[in-house]
Amino acid sequence: MQIAMKNASTSILRGCRLGLSFLPARFPSHGRARPGHPRVSPNGVDARDKRGHDASYAISMTISAFVCGMFSLTPAHAYKAYVSNEKGNSITVLDTEKLEATATVKVGRRPRGIALNKDGSELYICAGDDDAIQVLDTKTLKITGKLPSGPDPELLALSPDGDVIYVSNENDNLVTLIDVKKKEMIGDIPVGVEPEGMAISPDGKLLVNTSETTNMAHLIDTQSKQIVANILVDARPRFAEFKKDGSELWVSSEVGGTVAIIDPAKRELKQKIAFDIPAMSKEAIQPIGISFTRDGKRAFVALGPANRVAVIDAQTKRIEKYLLVGQRVWHLAFTPDEKYLLTANGVSNDVSVIDVASLKVVKSIPVGAFPWGVVVAPQ
Amino acid sequence: MKSLVVAFCLVLFAAPVAAETVNVKVGVLRETHTRETLSILDIPAADDTLAGALMGAADNNTTGKFTNQTFEAIDAKLEDGDDVMAALDALLDKGALFIIADLSAEHLLAASERAKPKGAVLFNVSATDDRLREADCRANVIHVAPTRSMLADGLAQYLIWKQWRRWLLIKGSHPEDELLAQAFRSSAKKFGAKVVEERVYEDTGGGRRSDSGSVQTQRQIPVLTQNAPAYDVLIAADENEVFGGYLPYRTWDPRPVAGSGGLMPTSWDASHEQWGALQLQNRFTQTFRRLMNARDNAAWLAMRMIGEAATRTGSNDPEKLRLYLLGNDFSIAAFKGVRLTLRPWNQQLRQPILLSDGRMIVSVSPQEGFLHQTSELDTLGADQPESKCKLQ
Repeated sequence: MQIAMKNASTSILRGCRLGLSFLPARFPSHGRARPGHPRVSPNGVDARDKRGHDASYAISMTISAFVCGMFSLTPAHAYKAYVSNEKGNSITVLDTEKLEATATVKVGRRPRGIALNKDGSELYICAGDDDAIQVLDTKTLKITGKLPSGPDPELLALSPDGDVIYVSNENDNLVTLIDVKKKEMIGDIPVGVEPEGMAISPDGKLLVNTSETTNMAHLIDTQSKQIVANILVDARPRFAEFKKDGSELWVSSEVGGTVAIIDPAKRELKQKIAFDIPAMSKEAIQPIGISFTRDGKRAFVALGPANRVAVIDAQTKRIEKYLLVGQRVWHLAFTPDEKYLLTANGVSNDVSVIDVASLKVVKSIPVGAFPWGVVVAPQ
Repeated sequence: MKSLVVAFCLVLFAAPVAAETVNVKVGVLRETHTRETLSILDIPAADDTLAGALMGAADNNTTGKFTNQTFEAIDAKLEDGDDVMAALDALLDKGALFIIADLSAEHLLAASERAKPKGAVLFNVSATDDRLREADCRANVIHVAPTRSMLADGLAQYLIWKQWRRWLLIKGSHPEDELLAQAFRSSAKKFGAKVVEERVYEDTGGGRRSDSGSVQTQRQIPVLTQNAPAYDVLIAADENEVFGGYLPYRTWDPRPVAGSGGLMPTSWDASHEQWGALQLQNRFTQTFRRLMNARDNAAWLAMRMIGEAATRTGSNDPEKLRLYLLGNDFSIAAFKGVRLTLRPWNQQLRQPILLSDGRMIVSVSPQEGFLHQTSELDTLGADQPESKCKLQ
């Protein structure tokens, strides 16, 4: 009964949206109007509808609140997701309820790693070819400034308190520390050749950096800023992720084709997960992004040009399923309610939406050119 | 107390290898390549090949800081007429039991024989001769450079994908040109192309450049390519820089050129930037103030393979490292989009082949749809069932 209700309300909602399709593309589903909120369409211009009916925005809110308000029991919550488009030099904003792009923002050159601050008000964007981390105000969708990142920043990690950004600089084998408030570099840590993956333990005490050519996970004490362990993993480690309880650290090796599971307390390699997809050459299986469910029971691993996301039982480490997504899948992000997992697919220029409960890919959303990173705002 | 300190250190520096410093000495034995190139952009620098080895050693040493290993590249540059064996002996005497060899096939085989009693392992970074991986394969030689047949197959797959199946083959008059022509002929057979006619361009000697050279070339090449049967693409087999580079835009019929001119199959090109290659190109250019060529890259890769094996085994014993490289655990990232491994039956590095027009990478083979039961990379070059290699 409940399921039937959901479906019915969704389809009616969809119908109601179709009926109002001349109205501006985006309105908050929970019916709170935000006047003056600039909207940018996928071609980078202001998204007032073609007739220039910006004034209709408020009216649309009223109508939508009135017409659609009765279905407000719909469980899907509208979160905002941000996707970095490596070749498009832009950020696409997605509405996770409508499952569509609502805005595209031009940013610096070659944006890849992105991260939100704690309250989701600012998005930090590694613009590699501009040698800077740009700061995007998520309300106005305007770049408000930049942080000094050192050359060619690719991935970043934010300290749990949100005060420090750790960024990997591929060109000079350093991890750079940036004070977010002062917008100053406050130190650097020499690591292996071509540092890339960055992750920070939930308690903020342990930072991990992976170096692609050295093939190590460098464990760094954030207090002393010293490396406390170097753990060899398989070739070209690109991404690292802690379980939410900090009990395990997973590191993906793109070229080696495995995921290393590290015990952060003992600082040693526990085991490796390898992937085997029938009729797929082993060279094509290139693990990159990793996401854990909050309860730590399940992990999702993006497999790059294998065009699949592996679903792994994070306790037994058994692979449950491979989900077919878009081409060259890079990074992953859950909606905060863990209803959906979004995947950025570099070659097919889209984001696949995985329904987490049913483990089915339910939609593909076109975004900019070569989507790479994806994050979802906390509210 | 002492044991406590040791235990403390072990916790602090949980390095995968013993705390004692392991020193790995690598000799770079390199013959000079001709400066008589058709394009001045291809004239080899004084540190040709060596620069790649130095870059690889620097990369390995960054890793070595964490694993207590050091890597050293010892240069042995040979001028014309220098005694290769004497230079090799000098390297072996210095304790270099890994040799990055930029040598002709003949010299490589002699060096392999000479190095055998010392237990040294050679890494071939320039000789493309198929016979070195077939009838003349040697257990103490690992081949980083691709073979002629791998290069030819890499090009052929793309031409088939383009449906350019009719080839006019023009080869030079040197023995190596015939070897390359053979590779193109067997690629054509393997993938379903047809060599519609073969012609020979005689090397009459003389300098490669003079101030009015282009005037004559413009008249000679149309004559060379006139009255050919219908063809889709002109394939040049010219390993000695005699005419390959002259062919594009000068043919009688307006046809694309590939092989030793035009679209060239190679293991590396200075314009390659995919899969993070830009990082390596940048590092190289910043350090050596020039672009990285295929020999530099192969030497870098050989040094990285040595480094990878030394890191994983915690050893500098050549035989131990060789066995690691041949094993299932070895794979290396080389900015080609896939992991590279060794073909255990002949110690040839599996690798994608880049197709470059000298300015851009046009495509990378293996092409989609060319399938293989073990590795798609084994659609390039001679495969295991046809191998004549008996390693010893």
